[in-house]
Order: sequence, then structure tokens, then C-alpha cells
Amino acid sequence: MTREEVYEKLNGIFQEVFDDDSIEVCDSTTSADIEEWDSLEHINLVVAVEQEFGFKFDMGQVVSMKDVGEMVDIILDEVG
Amino acid sequence: MRELEYPFDSEYLLKKKRSIKKALLSEGEPFTDKKIAVFGGSTTHDVIAMLELFLLNQGIRPQFYESEYGRFWQDAMFPEQELLEFRPDLIYIHTSSRNIRRFPEPGDSPEQTRRLLEQEFDYFRQMWQSVEKKFGCPVIQNNFELPGFRLMGNKDASDPGGRGYFITSLNQMFYGYAQSHDNFYVQDILYLSASYGLERWSDPFYWHMYKYALCVPAIPELAFNLSNMIKSLFGKNKKALALDLDNTLWGGVVGDDGPEGLQMGPETSMGQAYGEFQSYLKDLRKLGILLNVNSKNDMENALAGLNHPDCLLKPEDFIVIQANWENKDRNIQEIARVLNILPESIVFVDDNPAEREIVRSQVPDVAVPEMGQVEHYIKMIDRSGFFEVTAFSGDDRKRNEMYRDNAKRASLEAGFADYGEYLMSLEMKAVIKGFEPVLYDRITQLTNKSNQFNLTTMRCTQAEIARMAEDNGFIDLYGRLGDKFGDNGVVSVVIGEHQEDTLHIRLWLMSCRVLKRGMEQAMMDVLARRCRKRKISRILGYYYPTAKNSMVKNFYQEMGFEKLREDDQGNTVWQLSSLEQYQNKNLYIEVAE
Repeated sequence: MTREEVYEKLNGIFQEVFDDDSIEVCDSTTSADIEEWDSLEHINLVVAVEQEFGFKFDMGQVVSMKDVGEMVDIILDEVG
Repeated sequence: MRELEYPFDSEYLLKKKRSIKKALLSEGEPFTDKKIAVFGGSTTHDVIAMLELFLLNQGIRPQFYESEYGRFWQDAMFPEQELLEFRPDLIYIHTSSRNIRRFPEPGDSPEQTRRLLEQEFDYFRQMWQSVEKKFGCPVIQNNFELPGFRLMGNKDASDPGGRGYFITSLNQMFYGYAQSHDNFYVQDILYLSASYGLERWSDPFYWHMYKYALCVPAIPELAFNLSNMIKSLFGKNKKALALDLDNTLWGGVVGDDGPEGLQMGPETSMGQAYGEFQSYLKDLRKLGILLNVNSKNDMENALAGLNHPDCLLKPEDFIVIQANWENKDRNIQEIARVLNILPESIVFVDDNPAEREIVRSQVPDVAVPEMGQVEHYIKMIDRSGFFEVTAFSGDDRKRNEMYRDNAKRASLEAGFADYGEYLMSLEMKAVIKGFEPVLYDRITQLTNKSNQFNLTTMRCTQAEIARMAEDNGFIDLYGRLGDKFGDNGVVSVVIGEHQEDTLHIRLWLMSCRVLKRGMEQAMMDVLARRCRKRKISRILGYYYPTAKNSMVKNFYQEMGFEKLREDDQGNTVWQLSSLEQYQNKNLYIEVAE
């Protein structure tokens, strides 16, 4: 899977979770950029990403993720 | 909404909760508003979000109070002003094995463990007692799931020093409290977590990352289960089943295969599976669920199937048998009409997807579970939570008999020239009295589930009923009606508030199964008598229209009241003055006061 393909799916997930079709994420996007993205909503995002890409994050990965770019790196690592 | 019916896609619900909520709110259903306080020993954010969706789907629009993270005990013991002013209609206490403060240690004696159990139990009991005193509303407390690890292996379950032993013992103490306290209900997450898979349910990832006591994908299961208890407490349980016959109650088609060719009973695997389903339905009947048949068959064939020696369900187990070639949606409406209940109280069970679809599209209020293979029929009905039992009264147990008595009365009715003569022949006897503590739960149940003959649709908790019963400022009456065919139990409730020279009727309801029997006249007579005794000179009655209570729009007019005013929503106020000239209206019922 290419980085672009991951982003395509990821945008869909963000749009569904935050119910906003205008959301487009990129490597530098962080929770500061999306109003409703707080620590409690983060878990829903994680669960939705896990379901879409078919793997589970471990704790170390979740705590170290700083921005969407790092999330994409992990996804590419996990699903190849 | 189909997405919220069992079996639902939990991940989908979690992901789409915002848009689903919008869609539910825009359906414009008439919602019942309820205030729910959630006291959590762990994060409750998504528990509340999911609960909201399932409740909206049941027609309940919740408003929530959420305790600060982990502050369940403090909120219950020392509620702050905000919470006191919130005045919850229901409190949910969501704790988990993570909230047990001290566990025994291997080697602890039975006596040490017993003391420790009492300490832990006291911690919870104090909280429940405080909540009861301060809020007086129903409380749902979940029990404990089993621990995530077993220090001693198998011995953990049976040794006084084991965590498994400790948790199951503490759960027993919770059940003891529930058995001796009305208005206190245990949500069984011990079962839920086992059924879901404890290993996934208690995945420590979600605790360490977000302080959720259960894994996030299991939250919809927890919330759905909880929503079933809540809708049951607020009187929104289903009441009746409309059952198909061929390939639903038995394998095969009775019209083609003949009764002898049907699969039921112990001889074959398929027959056993149908037998088990029948036995489950027969047990539901004991809970007061009304069984009915909705089948495309000749009546003769349907009865031949039901009279088969291996058929556990007999014709007399059903109240209404619709076996004909009409469309099934028409038959469901006929069943609703005969039983005098709303289609939304009926669950339609049919193996045929096309029949389910036509009922769904024509009578959308009817619940239509997706029946799969016969070996999963029970699970489908059971897990849907249609008939969740919170309170179980004597009337529930007798409901089938009462409805059948009604059917008998209906056939008697046809043989009389004059309706009055028929009513006389019923030899009706009523008891009409002020509320008594043993009846509080039945009275509460009636205020929460009567929709049609209900003038103000005021819903009450048991604590409110008790309060009004003990307050001298209220005149409260219940009516119980029996006749030569049987006892109908408590069927009518009236509550009036006495202010100066006036009685304001806050609530007047009657069960539809005693419509047109003259019970409302008998209640009115007693009410008028009580008012005169207190030197009340006039009675004011109020009618607030809902989607379901148009049958009593002119009730007060029929009782001799005059209309004082009507607003643009159709709310009306009625007055009965000159009480000293009141003439008794009841002609047919012998009343004991």
C-alpha cells in the first residue's frame, strides 16, 4: 500500500469520526488542528483505524505518535 | 433504526456516532425526556455516547450528568449543587473490578476474607443508601466482571485468598441487596463480559491508555444492554409475540407435509432445536408475554400442527391465532386491535425474510428481529432484550389469563340484547382505595406504561408514588377490578392535588383491558365522595394530548365537567363544580372502599 492510498482511507475515517466531509489530513496534522479531536475522541479514531487496516496498535505506538505522519508510518509498517 | 438493533456493528456505531445521533434526532419521534446521572469508576465518555444512541432509538431522549473521572463515590455520598439541581430520573453506577480497593491475599483465612468482603460491600452499600435518600430514583449498579488474571490459577476461584472467589462473593452480596431493595437493579456485566470474551473485554490496553474498564469495541454491547434495562424501567418493554408457524415453530410446512411430517420433538436434531425454541417461548409466557400466531395457513392445518403430541405449545397457550391467507401486516394489526395494545408492543417472529420485510415496511413500529437458523432463534430473541425484566409483579404472571378472560368476555358480549345487561351479568366487584405500599410497584409500572387511557401521561418513579401516597395534600386512588371470569388486578390510578378549595387532577389513567366496563365512573364516584369529605368545592381536570391518548380527549366532558379553556396545542382544562349535587354514575360495579 502506498502512502497516498493510506491517506485516502485515513481521510475517510477522519471525516466519518468527526462527521465533517471537509477534513483533509496531512503529515503535520495534529489534534490541535481539529476542534473535536481530544484525548477521549482519540480512542475512537484509533479503533476505527485498527478496523480499517486490520491490525492493532500497541501501547508504545499510541503513546509515541505525535502527528498524523507518524500514524501513517506505523500503518505502513504494520500492513506493508 | 436498523443499525441499532441486535446484532449491531459496534465499530460502525462508534465511528458514526455523530451522524447517527443527528439522524435519530431529526426523525422527530415524540421522545420521552429523561435525566440520567452516570457515576463512573472509570472513563464513561463513550458509554454515555452509545447509551444515548440506543435510548433515542427506543424513544427516550436522555440528558446526562457525568461524574468527574473516578468520582462515583464522592458524587453519590456528597453530591454537589449542580447534581442536586439536576434531579436525575435514574442513576447508573458503572464500576468494575478495578474499583475494588482491597483484595485478599493468598493464605488469608476465611474469617479475614469475610471481614474484607464486608468492608468492600459497606463501601458500596453506604453509597446506595445515600443515593436512595438524596435522589429517590431507580439505581442501576453493574456487578463485577471476573479478574484479568488468576494468581493461584484454578484455586483463585475457590480459595478465600483468591481474587476470583472475592469477586463472586461480592457479587452475591450485591444480589442480596437487590433482592431486598426496590428501585435497585443489578446490570449483569459478569454475564456480558463472559459472553463477549473476558480476554477481549478486559484488554488492559484500554485501561492504561484511556482508563476504560472494558475495551472500547465492547462499549456498544454494554450500552445496548443498559438501554434495555432503562426502557423496561420506563415502561417501554414489548408485550406480545406474533409468531409464524411453518419453519418458525416447527420444521416443515403443515399444509404440505401434514402434522405427522413436521420436525419437532426429540427424535431428530432439527426437531430438538424447534422443541427448545418452543420451550423458551413457553417460559416467556410465564413472564406474562402474550403469545399469538400470525401464519399463512388454513386454521384447520394450523391447529393440527399445534395439537401434534410433540408440540409443546398448545392452542390454549395463545391469545389470538391468526391463521389465514391475509397479508401478515394486516394480521399483526388485527392482533394489536384484539389485544388492545399498540403495534410497537409487538415482536414479529418469522423465518421468511420477505414476510419480515412486508411487516417492517407496512407497520414500522413492530419489532422484527432477523431470524437466522433455528438453532440461533433463542439467542436472537434473548439478546434483543425485548422483554427485559426489571420488576416482576403478580399481574405479569397472570397477564395471559387476564387476556384470555377478556377474549371470553368478548364472546359473551355477543349474546346480550343490551350492553347494560351484559355488564350486569359480569358480576363485577371493585376495590377502590388510597395507595398501599404493597401496590407501589404495580402503580408505578402503570404510570409508566399506560399511553392510551392516560389524561396527562405523568410518569412517576416508585419514590414519587410513595411520597404522594404519604402526603396529605394529595388524594390518591387505585382501582382493582374483578368479575366472574377472573381478577384484572390494579387497572386504574387517579392522583389529585388538593389546593385551597380545589382538587387538581394530576393523573388519571386506566388500563385499556377494562375499557367500557364502567370502571371510570366508579372511580369518579369515589373521587367525588373523598372531595366532599374534605370540603373541596370544585375539581379541575387536565387533558394533555399525545400521539396516543386521543381516546380520552373528551373524557372529562363524559364525566360531566365543563371546558374552561383550550390552548393552541390542544391542552384543555375542565371544571366540575357544585360537588354537593354530584350524582353517582356507577351502575354495574359493586365497590368496596
